[in-house]
Amino acid sequence: MKFSHKKIETNVILMVVLTLITVSIGGLVQIVPLFTIESTIERVEGMRPYTPLEVMGRNIYIREGCYLCHSQQIRPFKDEVERYGHYSLAAESMYDKPFQWGSKRTGPDLARVGGRYSNDWHVAHMISPRAVVPESVMPAYPFLATRRLAFEDIAQHLKALRAVGTPYTDEMIANARADLKAQVDPDVDPTALEKRYPRAVVGKFNGETAEITELDALVAYLQMLGTLVRFGDLPPERLRQ
Amino acid sequence: MSTSAALSAGPRPAPRYVDDVIRAAMILTMFWGIAAFLVGVVIAAQLVWPQLSFDSEYLTFGRLRPLHTSAAIFAFGGTALIGTAFHVVQRTCRASLFGGAPLGWFVLLGYQFFIVIAATGYLLGITQSKEYAEPEWYADHWLTIVWVAYLIAYLGTVLKREEPHIYVANWFYLAFIITIAMLHIVNNLSMPVSITGTKSYGAWSGVQDAMIQWWYGHNAVGFFLTAAFLGMMYYYIPKAANRPVYSYRLSIVHFWSLVFMYIWAGPHHLHYTSLPDWAQTLGMVFSVMLWMPSWGGMINGLMTLSGAWDKLRTDPGLRFSVTAVGFYGMATFEGPVMSIKAVNSLSHYTDWTIGHVHSGALGWVAFIVFGTMYYLVPKMWNRPAMWSTRLIGWHYWIATIGIVLYITAMWVSGIMQGLMWRAYDELGFLQYSFVETVAAMKPFYAIRLLGGLFFLSGGLIMAYNMWRTIRGEPESVPARSQPALAA
Repeated sequence: MKFSHKKIETNVILMVVLTLITVSIGGLVQIVPLFTIESTIERVEGMRPYTPLEVMGRNIYIREGCYLCHSQQIRPFKDEVERYGHYSLAAESMYDKPFQWGSKRTGPDLARVGGRYSNDWHVAHMISPRAVVPESVMPAYPFLATRRLAFEDIAQHLKALRAVGTPYTDEMIANARADLKAQVDPDVDPTALEKRYPRAVVGKFNGETAEITELDALVAYLQMLGTLVRFGDLPPERLRQ
Repeated sequence: MSTSAALSAGPRPAPRYVDDVIRAAMILTMFWGIAAFLVGVVIAAQLVWPQLSFDSEYLTFGRLRPLHTSAAIFAFGGTALIGTAFHVVQRTCRASLFGGAPLGWFVLLGYQFFIVIAATGYLLGITQSKEYAEPEWYADHWLTIVWVAYLIAYLGTVLKREEPHIYVANWFYLAFIITIAMLHIVNNLSMPVSITGTKSYGAWSGVQDAMIQWWYGHNAVGFFLTAAFLGMMYYYIPKAANRPVYSYRLSIVHFWSLVFMYIWAGPHHLHYTSLPDWAQTLGMVFSVMLWMPSWGGMINGLMTLSGAWDKLRTDPGLRFSVTAVGFYGMATFEGPVMSIKAVNSLSHYTDWTIGHVHSGALGWVAFIVFGTMYYLVPKMWNRPAMWSTRLIGWHYWIATIGIVLYITAMWVSGIMQGLMWRAYDELGFLQYSFVETVAAMKPFYAIRLLGGLFFLSGGLIMAYNMWRTIRGEPESVPARSQPALAA
């Protein structure tokens, strides 16, 4: 039987079904294996879900659309590794909802900005970028430094994250508010927080005020970026995808 | 594929088309176009003078940039697509819109409501921060409802058609509606923190989220900004040139190859990232192959002009459409080049990407919309022609100069910044700090701003011309009940 396109272009249901099949193939081939091939995410130690304060800081990063100018993805090139540090691993964004790899570097990459600058530098820079870096074209965010962080519903956030796969335990959810305060309030003992979230950075990030501000959360998030995986004692074969 | 005459001997009366919705869509398209160009100019100015965010949380680049991209793609482009889809499907099927005016209005106004709740969200900081999929869960749900209504209206009209064949423009519009539905739903699966709140967390994370997002993102380009506008090309260029489509066979081949290959191209946004190499390579190979079906469409559009090239001198509206197809050809050549990993290692993260996007968005999408509107506005309002042909010519040249300024500035700044990032001095150290590369961009950002101002001015000229055309005295003989397209 000779093929004729006439059959398709006179039957809209057939055309819709064939189109749907045609456009499904590529996505299926490229997406499904990423969930089934185990080596897609490197088996490295150190990754953990974000602390409650980091979750809130990350939400501010998302709210302000920082990804439109800052990538969080270091490519395996000599110049990038020298400028920003070890190239990024898939494992390092395994708890990122959404991923924030970005597509444009109007500003520098932030994948390993954690620990590179002091808390005070970040605070001054966010309040007035050009006071710190005269050539910067970043907008100023002074309002973050004075606005109180709304974290009453932090346990709800952790629950929602758990519902879509982030491994928060009941203990983490029950202590969400206490953990958030423990990370930023110098009067609270952070031992329990550090046990639940190893290598959490503790401190009053925004030294301008005693209140817990949005800037505290944002700086806490920035200061942990790229710090969880220790590359020094990592054999290269563990990085293979 | 002229079949309309075969069924009945005499000319049949045309059905009562639903046209009010189309007229409203055209006015809204013009409005959103100006809004999108204006916000683009504002954020371009902010990159030259960052003080222009005035320390306000509502005016930062991070909040305005999604406003600009969504206004351009979804508001301006999407409203033009809904309006023209309803026009094309009714005329080529010789059937009035399924569901009539109520369903048509629901789709158009429901879509406008989506735009408004998404856009106000951006300004208030409500965003998923997934590029081109920024609207939060409540807007996503609403869009899903509207989109299903859109599909029902479109499919229903095709089903009750009087023409035996489904005209080629409809294939592209249908593929666009179906594929966007699939992409939208999968990419936006999420869990709201609370039913009364705006924040949600997505179903996907990390590397899988990246792949799904660019599967969505690149095919927002492939199906929203390409397939659908090819549908527009396949109806309005033959109509305006009064010539049949160049090759029927080519339209079949390039339709199926285009919809098959586009969906694979997403990973070229993720070259050299933590996405596994096999996926990157697949993305690159299909992106390069995609050049062919893309140029199949370009050739079919351009060659439709054979025997009617003289019209370009007398019809500046058609000149817009044909230039659009030219830009389409250029952008779909540049895209495959940039998807080659070696090239991408230089171009990625730089302004070259921004320039590439704008040669597509301004040169192809906006120009094909302008060309279509200059054809359709007089038709829909029963006017002999646009109020001023001279102003169309002015618009054409001002907008074209604007695009050229824009994309050349971005080529230079993008390639320059890419080279500066990887430059080493004679002692083996990185030659430039990051901020030195930022400072070097300044003159090119100023040129880009000038290009944007040109493009915006052209849009304002068009809006004025459109307003005068609509306001003008109507023709005495209604020209609306034209016969169905027989191209």
